[in-house]
Formats: sequence, C-alpha cells, structure tokens
Amino acid sequence: MSKKRIVLHFPKELVDKSIVYKLVKDFNLEFNILKAEVNPKEEGLLVLEIKGDEDDFNKGIEYLNKTGVRIQPLSQDVSMDRAKCVDCTACIPLCPTKALVKNPETLEVEFVKEKCIACGICVHVCPYKAMSIVF
Amino acid sequence: MKTIKEINERIKKGEAVVFTAEEIVEFAEKKGFKKAAQLVDVVTTATFGPMCSSGIYFNIGQSKPRIKLGGGKVTLGGVPCYAAFAAGDLFLGANALPEEDPRNAIYPGEFKYGGGHVIQDLIEGKDLILEANAYGTDCYPRRHLRTYINIKDLNEVILFNMRNCYQNYNVAVNVSDKPIYTYMGILKPNLGNANYCSAGSLSPLLNDPYYKTIGIGTKIFLAGAVGFISWWGTQHNPGVERTEKGIPKCPAGTLSLIGDLKETDPSWLIGTSMYGYGATLSVGVGIPIPVLNEEILSYVCVKDEDIVAPVVDYAKGYSPENSDVLGVVNYAQLKSGKIELAGREIPTGSLSSLKKAREIAGILKAWIKEGKFFLSEAQGKLPSADSGYRFKTLKERIPKDV
Repeated sequence: MSKKRIVLHFPKELVDKSIVYKLVKDFNLEFNILKAEVNPKEEGLLVLEIKGDEDDFNKGIEYLNKTGVRIQPLSQDVSMDRAKCVDCTACIPLCPTKALVKNPETLEVEFVKEKCIACGICVHVCPYKAMSIVF
Repeated sequence: MKTIKEINERIKKGEAVVFTAEEIVEFAEKKGFKKAAQLVDVVTTATFGPMCSSGIYFNIGQSKPRIKLGGGKVTLGGVPCYAAFAAGDLFLGANALPEEDPRNAIYPGEFKYGGGHVIQDLIEGKDLILEANAYGTDCYPRRHLRTYINIKDLNEVILFNMRNCYQNYNVAVNVSDKPIYTYMGILKPNLGNANYCSAGSLSPLLNDPYYKTIGIGTKIFLAGAVGFISWWGTQHNPGVERTEKGIPKCPAGTLSLIGDLKETDPSWLIGTSMYGYGATLSVGVGIPIPVLNEEILSYVCVKDEDIVAPVVDYAKGYSPENSDVLGVVNYAQLKSGKIELAGREIPTGSLSSLKKAREIAGILKAWIKEGKFFLSEAQGKLPSADSGYRFKTLKERIPKDV
C-alpha cells in the first residue's frame, strides 16, 4: 500500500470526459481530491492523493497516460526560496498540512515537501514572495 | 553606577562586556543582579518586521535646463513620489503604489510592487526610471524629465521612519466566518490563527520600558548602517496600563528613526507585500542599552513570560478602544506556536522575524566588542508613562457646506 500525490493536466478536449473514476473502478485505487480547477482556456487541473498497491498505481498511471492526460509528480510544484525567506513564521498557521514548520533551535522556517498538498495559500501569505507554485 | 563615557572608554580598550537581551537573562541569574550590573556594560536589543511608516527622502541634483519638482508629479520605478519640497527634493513612502495597481479592486489585492520595493531596488543598486512633469517657471523652465536614476548618482538618500519599534502590539485574530486580509497577515475565520508582531523580550522598548536610556539622539543599528533616533514616533502612547514591572500591556511607545540609505544593507531592508492590504517595507533595527545601574539591568532581564499582549478581533476593526479584547497572552506562549483561547488551541504566526532580530542583536554586540560602535548619550527624553502624553483618536467634525 503506498500513497502518492500527482498533478493531472487535462487538455481542453478531455475536460468534459469521465476519466478518474476508473482509477477506483478498474484499478482499485483510492483517491482524495486536493485541488481542482478549470482555467479560462478550459484546460483542467486536478491534484490527487492516490492510495493503493504499487502495481495498481502503475497500471492506473498507464491508463491515464493513454487518455492524453499529462501527469506530473506533485513534489516539483511548490518551492521555497531560502534567500527570500526572512523566517517570520506568518505562513506557518496558514498551512493546512503543517508542511511549513519552525525549527525551535535555529528559528528557521522549514518546508517539508512530502507534506505539501500544493494548495497555494503560502504563496499568497508570504510577504516576501519566498514561496512559489508552478503546475 | 556607570556612565556612558566610562562604557565608551571600555569599548575603546576592547574591554566592554556585552550581551544580547536574550543572553543577559541567564547571566544575571547566575551572577546575581548586583554583580551582573557591575560586570555588564551593554545589552543589545533588536527587531525586524514590516513598518509601514517608513520612507526615504532624497535629492536628485539638477538637470540642464533646471526643473522644479516641487508642486509637480513624479514617479520613481513607476511609483509616485511626494513632490512638495524644493526643486530637487522628493519623498517616497513605503506604502506608495503605482497609479495602475488595481489595489483591492481585484480582491484580495497582491500589491506586488510599491514604495518599499523601490527602496529595496535602490539599495540593490538597480537603475530605476524617474519620470517628472513640472509646471515650469522663469528660473526652472523645464517641464518634463525621464531618466534612469541609480542610488550612487543621488546626493543624499535618507531613510526615515516616522514610526518604528512599537513597544508591544496586539495579537490579531478573526472571529467572523470569512477570512480577512490585514496588515497582520491573513486571518482565518473562527479563530483559525493568531498573529503577533514583536520580538518580545528582544524588542528594544520592552527592555527599556520607561525610556530611561533610549531617547532622542541615541545611536542605533539601522538596517546595517549606523543611524539615530530622531524623535519619538507617531502614535507614541506611553500612558497605557502597565504590569508591575512596567511593561505596557498593549501598544505603547514608538520611535522615529533616521539614517543614510546608502550605508544600509539589503538584508535588513526588504520590500514587503501584504496580501489584500498593501505594500510596505520591513526594517531591521538594533538598539544598545547601557547598563548604568541595577535598575536598568532589571529592565533588560525581562522575559517573554513577563510580557503580555491583548488578543484583538480584527474582523471588527482593531483598536482596543472599539474592538473586543478576547483575552491576554504572553510572548512565551506566542513564540511556542500556539495559544489557548476560549478553551481552544490556536496556532500562532509572527510577522516579525525573531531569527533576524537575534542576528541583528548579535551583529550590534560584535560591533561594540570590536570597538566599531560607541554609545551616544540621549540628547532629549521621550515622553514617558507619567508625562500625560497620549495618543488621540480622530474626532470627526463634518464641515458645513457653503
């Protein structure tokens, strides 16, 4: 049983198709939708946390690839620019998954990428533009 | 008893004993107050955080033919300057925004670039476009000017804070059911977070609560340069309720600071964007406190648990006079990352960087120990708790229409 977070990009022609339900039906995978949006160009974006057997996961990804959905691992998407961070901690209580924490010894704000769900709140809350998000 | 002159003699000889306001607590507990007061010469305090009442005034020199900027319209880096002085002098405030910035018309506004960012770009040595439109006079005939400006070409560029170093501040929360976007950061609904903005026991005026050593003319660390306290700050309000040890229980004294922008370091002066609120400037300040006697030592030994702050609902405006104070917490609790309020645990966030404040206190300590920084005698007192000096709220009087 493993848990992975992925970002799915749906081209315009796929936005109105039923696609991800098959992950549950045909590949026995559980998913949790972390973020979903359709942009003005009518392209879709879906951030999923997927739980299941490694084998099923790989088959599910293979299926998604065949449909024309572009897949990107989530961990590449949010990043912290250490040079811009002043370690104020304004972001910490806003992060819903505790991916931003203060090291009590060094007083530094640390970004724990594995916990990040790429909701993007930190990008807005940071007064110094130290957090960025790219899908 | 020591004098500042004696302390400066010891700094000159490289013999001064200096601690930061965090370090002194343990030292005094170990040695005892009497002994520590004899041994220690200086305690350094510091703070780093957004301070909206910051700006620069500067002189651009004269063009040929001459142009009178005063009374005209001027932008630097696209951000409007205040052109209301002599021909070549301008003021730029940290909150100034380009004409075309949508502000909160697209809510919440991003405020990506404003006066504070222009100031940061100047210090970083970037060329910025200065654009001026003037009305023209017989002696200053020119009406338009569009040129690159670099900090090294300017005559004087003076950093001026009309208010900084707030002695204590509110803890901001949001009781309403929707998020609010404030100068205290994003506040989640239903007490989702509690934000504060002070270095607590390291903060300058919390270590000298009655302004016994800090005054007009005190030499300070201002954003990496040597600066001075020029006056008390705007909204100075020393007469508020205090604890037994003299610590104000809510926002109280403030300082006005001045220094040469050309000498500052961009690590301690950073353009800042508060989502849904505006653009501002974060400023790093360090203030030395001479340990003249046991009384002063007792003040600098203040601990986070001795300093309390009111928790204020920012969904209803934010001054304690017209808003509900929901509770009182201390800085040890705030710095731990959570406070208890209304039977709930609420995560805390700080707008002020304790890490940067600690670094500044350390740098100022090193400057003094190495004989690079001498203390100055204050030349004027700040109005203190018993002065009767008070902050007034605005009483509106509606003008009669003609």
